[in-house]
Amino acid sequence: MGELIMEECIILAIETSCDETAAAIIRNGNEIVSNVVASQIESQKRFGGVVPEIASRHHVEQITIVIEEALQRANMEPSDLTAVAVTEGPGLVGALLIGINAAKAFAFAHGLPIIGVHHIAGHIYANALVQPMQFPLLALVVSGGHTELVLMKEHGSFEVIGETRDDAAGEAYDKVARVLNMPYPGGPHIDRMAHETNEAVEFPRAWLEDSYDFSFSGLKSAVINYKHNMDQRGEEIIPEQVAKGFQDSVVEVLTTKTVRAAREFQVKQVIAAGGVSANKGLRTSLEQAFEAENIPFTVPPLKLCTDNAAMIGAAAAYMYNAGVRGDLSMNGLPGKELKSWIK
Amino acid sequence: MIWLGIETSNSPLSIAIVKDGQVLAEVVQNIKLTHSVTAMPTIEELLNKVNIKPADIDAIAVSEGPGSYTGIRIGVTLAKTLAWTLKKPLVGVSSLKVLAANAQLFNGVICTLFDARRQNVYAAAYNGMNLETIIEDRHDSIDAILVQLQQLNERVVFVGVDAANFKDQIVQYLGDNAFFAPFSLHLPRASKLIEIAENEPLLNAAEVHSFVPKYHRIAQAEANWVKEQKKGQQ
Repeated sequence: MGELIMEECIILAIETSCDETAAAIIRNGNEIVSNVVASQIESQKRFGGVVPEIASRHHVEQITIVIEEALQRANMEPSDLTAVAVTEGPGLVGALLIGINAAKAFAFAHGLPIIGVHHIAGHIYANALVQPMQFPLLALVVSGGHTELVLMKEHGSFEVIGETRDDAAGEAYDKVARVLNMPYPGGPHIDRMAHETNEAVEFPRAWLEDSYDFSFSGLKSAVINYKHNMDQRGEEIIPEQVAKGFQDSVVEVLTTKTVRAAREFQVKQVIAAGGVSANKGLRTSLEQAFEAENIPFTVPPLKLCTDNAAMIGAAAAYMYNAGVRGDLSMNGLPGKELKSWIK
Repeated sequence: MIWLGIETSNSPLSIAIVKDGQVLAEVVQNIKLTHSVTAMPTIEELLNKVNIKPADIDAIAVSEGPGSYTGIRIGVTLAKTLAWTLKKPLVGVSSLKVLAANAQLFNGVICTLFDARRQNVYAAAYNGMNLETIIEDRHDSIDAILVQLQQLNERVVFVGVDAANFKDQIVQYLGDNAFFAPFSLHLPRASKLIEIAENEPLLNAAEVHSFVPKYHRIAQAEANWVKEQKKGQQ
């Protein structure tokens, strides 16, 4: 199947689903003209996680500044744009609503169509900004809010073949980091610590046989219990070995299931997406596994793995070309399902 | 001069277009639909009705709070984005004052309050004739507000649906000086918002970027965090 021929389009994309206020300008779904992200990490880390009300307040402070900067860096006027895209969900509803209402006001002011994008579709399409997508394609989406295996047979077609039944992988990382007294966000600390030792505390793997689903809450509890038992016995834990034991368990399960799915569906490309795909341990494991399988594996650069608006603009370009349009009554959909936009 | 007014600070919605001191069109509704679904389509519908394009708007007025956090953020986000991208000035007005303006010309004091739960309110009081502020917008206990109103020793009219939640306490404190506005004055009107905004200074482009809701209350997580910090210092 050849690459889809895309109608020329320049999209202003906005993303505010969690704690990043982001705007980007994307040309033809594959070229980043500008990409601006204002992070709230400095503010949110006081609370050891993202507080929804604080996130919403920061978004209102930043939203027009971020959009203006995206336009200025692109050296563009609203009249240069083809459409406005915005993350419609899933995410924190109060946070989503800031991006959505800014997008609506902007689109209305300039008579532009508006397109509501699914956050996970955005994470997957971050890869379209790196290289053309090859179908059938398997995407492993791992972030603070999501752990999903998504099968795509063509552009705009999504089938969730596996997802977490409890905690998202990134959520488990943050919780384990807290047990080890690491600051928020804890994922990068665990990844770093895991690489500082060759010894690992043995933790269980949740295989959930005959399914591509995941579960990380048992693993998280095992880490908490381990720490608790050691404390009770008056013994010191070695944080690096706990981090490595935890990370080994997460990475092995994610890699094994992704490989199994790639084989079953005979995919031509495997991609990783979402904030946790920046994890060095996970990247290395997936790279090695798919090299052995002889299946092309790609993961976007770090700034496109974490939440950003460029990925929303990339997905929106394909939606625009498929004729998908939203309207001014768009609402924030905190539990929005990933659905195909083609029949 | 063409004004667009946006009021979404609590569950009622009001949008108005005023041209040279005349209301061209106004919507006031209280149908408990989320503002994200209704506000922008209502703005579009009203502008179409009066045949005015977005670029023809000369200034935008918005109710800046206090009220529902999500509600005021929707109105403020729409207003500041429109003002910024259309390069038009913006004016924010207290949502308590907008509601109080419904009872203007009352011979006495106008008090507006929003129920903030657990016997707390967002409240303010104004001179009934000229809307000059007597009690500044604040978040406080209903008792503290009523004590302050009692000391004025004047007739006080309460405007807004939430006053009914505290009717017994109000009468207890103010006795014969307590009045309750008829139901037709209970919903805020964006035309009143614009009327007040016309006498306020216009925010310039830089000020539009930094314009945020006036919550009159810090977020719970932040309050807890501040408390922890103080504990740590002791």
